[in-house]
Amino acid sequence: MDRSRLTVRVGGRVARLPIVAWLALVWVLVWDRITLANAIYGFVLGLALLLAFPFPAVDPGVRLRPAGLVRFGARFALDLARSVLPLAWQAVGSNRPGRANSVIAVTLRTRSDAVFVLTAVALSAVPGTLVLDLRRATGTLFLHALGVSDDATADLARRQVLDLEARVVRAIGTRADLRALTGEENP
Amino acid sequence: MSAVADVALAGCLLVGAFAALSAGLGLLTLPDLLTRMHAATKPQAVGVVLILIAVGIRHPTVDVITTLVLIALLQLTTVPVAAHLVGRSAYRTGQVRSDLLYTDELRDALDRGAPPEDLD
Repeated sequence: MDRSRLTVRVGGRVARLPIVAWLALVWVLVWDRITLANAIYGFVLGLALLLAFPFPAVDPGVRLRPAGLVRFGARFALDLARSVLPLAWQAVGSNRPGRANSVIAVTLRTRSDAVFVLTAVALSAVPGTLVLDLRRATGTLFLHALGVSDDATADLARRQVLDLEARVVRAIGTRADLRALTGEENP
Repeated sequence: MSAVADVALAGCLLVGAFAALSAGLGLLTLPDLLTRMHAATKPQAVGVVLILIAVGIRHPTVDVITTLVLIALLQLTTVPVAAHLVGRSAYRTGQVRSDLLYTDELRDALDRGAPPEDLD
């Protein structure tokens, strides 16, 4: 598909129509009434917004894979539900001395910004991890991990993050990301 | 409203309220800022989503549900960003208790020198 056909150019500025359509959809949802006037107004507003504040380009290789998206979404919901209990338990007074936490670095295999960002956002649902910092140049996430008090649990936490990255790649990753995954699994 | 919907609604409300309560308790009792951020993000997000589901069960009309979906989506995507910024600024201003940490690979990386592009 020729992606340049899905853009509007005004002067030197470019607005991509899929993003305009998304903003128009949000506008219609906010107003709670699906009418043509709302849709048109949302479209015009979205276009004006994107021309006023240009949106950085997203990786051209990113494509949505429905099966991967469903699997990612289901696991995300499950992780979110499971992340409540351990924290509730910890909150109600189990600050046992000696139970240390860690800040660990995990270097992802992906080279695409979209996968990097979605992995970082989805990590907020994984029990016991919080993104502290990230380094785009090397694709490294720095995470605060609860209960990581020895090297074995640190490795387990790293493995969880890389598994999450694999699910994100199968949902929205580029071909290069997929190759990086399969290349690692079948060397 | 059917009994099944009633039970599901009550369950969502109760578990959601419990999650929000545990988030509040966590903020009070956990030992340092980073662990508190865990409590302030995860159970809080789950609590909001569950209560939105309960509202959706009670008012199953298109206009209500679309708004609820929008709220949940914005909540789930903005909370991690806010948590990340709080954690990052806390770390870089020395608000992190290193005595509670087993390893600190971010400290090691910062000591080695961070590329300037990532420090903006």
